Amino acid sequence: MASSTALTNDFAAAPISLRRRLMDWTATGAAVAAVVLVLAPLGAIFGYLVYKGIGAVNWNFLTQIPKPPGEVGGGMANAIAGSAYILMIASVIGVPIGIGAGIYLAEYGRNRFGDVIRFTADVLNGVPSIVIGIVAYGIVVLRQGHFSALAGGVALAIMMIPTITRATEEMLLLVPNVVREAAYGLGVSRWRTTLSITLRTATSGVITGVMLAFARVAGETAPLLFTAFGNTYWNWKINEPTAALSLQVFTYATSPYDDWHRQAWAGALMLIVLIVLSVTAVRIAAGRGMKGG
Amino acid sequence: MPGPQPVAKQEVAGETRVATEALIKTGGSEVADGIFRYAMLACGLCVLALVGLIVYQLATHSHLSWQAFGLKFFFQSAWDPVNDEYGALPFVYGTIVSSILALIIAVPLAIGVAVFITEMCPVWLRGPLSFTTELLAAIPSVIYGLWAIFVLVPLLRNYVQPFLVRYFGWTTLFEGPPFGIGMLAAGIILAIMIVPIISAITREVMTAVPQQQREAVLALGATRWEMIRTGVLRNARAGIMGGIILGLGRALGETMAVTMVIGNRPEIAKSLFAPGYTMASVIANEFSEATGDLYLSSLVEVGLALFIVTIIVNIIAQFLVWTVTRGTPARANG
Repeated sequence: MASSTALTNDFAAAPISLRRRLMDWTATGAAVAAVVLVLAPLGAIFGYLVYKGIGAVNWNFLTQIPKPPGEVGGGMANAIAGSAYILMIASVIGVPIGIGAGIYLAEYGRNRFGDVIRFTADVLNGVPSIVIGIVAYGIVVLRQGHFSALAGGVALAIMMIPTITRATEEMLLLVPNVVREAAYGLGVSRWRTTLSITLRTATSGVITGVMLAFARVAGETAPLLFTAFGNTYWNWKINEPTAALSLQVFTYATSPYDDWHRQAWAGALMLIVLIVLSVTAVRIAAGRGMKGG
Repeated sequence: MPGPQPVAKQEVAGETRVATEALIKTGGSEVADGIFRYAMLACGLCVLALVGLIVYQLATHSHLSWQAFGLKFFFQSAWDPVNDEYGALPFVYGTIVSSILALIIAVPLAIGVAVFITEMCPVWLRGPLSFTTELLAAIPSVIYGLWAIFVLVPLLRNYVQPFLVRYFGWTTLFEGPPFGIGMLAAGIILAIMIVPIISAITREVMTAVPQQQREAVLALGATRWEMIRTGVLRNARAGIMGGIILGLGRALGETMAVTMVIGNRPEIAKSLFAPGYTMASVIANEFSEATGDLYLSSLVEVGLALFIVTIIVNIIAQFLVWTVTRGTPARANG
């Protein structure tokens, strides 16, 4: 008994040396400093976006098309519409394929072949966006002979597919097997089970994946440079070059005109509002999904 | 006894009828199942086909340049569209230097953030803090570029670069006129962009380290930092390395922000103040204006090289992350 108490006392009495304590404090301080250094640019970027952007967003900016270089005024109405148009084309192509591939992986792909597709999707996810632009140029622009909204949409669709595929698979796997078995037990066929039971149960999760993919490509510029190309006028034809918000921000930011710089900030603010809205939607959808599950 | 039995039978018969009707309604379920399965398989094959298509497109369109220059293409520094002479060395150099610079800045910060979030900060702060750092990843590249042009570059030109020349000029890394625009600006903006991915992966692998590991080290009398260093970081180092390499993959392929601040001049300069050019930005700037088949073909070959390098880097990264996280139970239903 006595020896045990002595031991405890010894242990408690052994002080942690000053050197070790200093090291501990330094490490904590360094970690806090890292957090501050990482959050500072974030704050600065959002601060500048709001500060410079809010003043530049006005009725003209939202309703007019660009003025010729050097002239003051004009807006990005055609670019805002163009972005929406290209994103719509991308979603129409990318979402069904992405979800389909996700269903295949979750419901039929628990094998070697599934692993190959899974790995390929991850590879596709890591391909630089500029390279996707070259590919879309090769398969659409070269064939058509000119830049087009379709080419931009195809480029963005290729970028959306792997994200949607992996998210869909993950969400479908969260659906317990008993749910599937219950449906089979009632005599429901496998495809009906997958579509109206499994996919339905995982809907909010799948939507989350789609929105994430959408948010990821919404601000993309590089793959649009030589596919959608940009346009200073309105365009609703799928085969014609189309303006996009991100392209316009790039062009205006690198231009020598003050008024274009002002509009670049406004365009950037519009772009970020679009993306933050979709991310918030994701959060809400994900929250609902958790409550439902 | 004989009374209730027929009733029960009727009920069972009724249920069977409903189920059978459902079966009949979905009719020919075997055929439908087959069709559905093949339709989904087709979508899966699309993913395979896309990667095949990328390789095919890049290979065929860069054929001309490959024939003309061979492997020499990557060791030659002349980029002269007027005389149809192309060498990618300046771009390879710019890509590597800007990415390494970005890693040097980003890695300590990202690991610091990850350590703070998983081991040090109060629980209530954990969610908001990780959400905020992830927000950095959601900002489009072109907005980073815009911010860099109008905020970061003037800051560098007026304050940071004169300071570096004054105190670190002897390293010869900081020579020449401080334009602001150049390799240093590109490295810094890249660093800001890759911090979220590195810190997200680091957090993931640190969380995968079992709690007992921490408790055991603490019980031996370690301070918190010693616990983090020996109990957590050391066990997660392969995964952290994976996160860093994943960040490298991002930095190599990043286009817009770099293009907007690096200066876009195909030169190899030792000074970090000098303008440079990267593989991705030369494609972004010159692809749509490239006249002549050899010019276009050379740009595609730069793209092919970029594709191959990023693929290899990503595969290595994923393998490393997997070696650490494979032990943690999957979230899927067992």
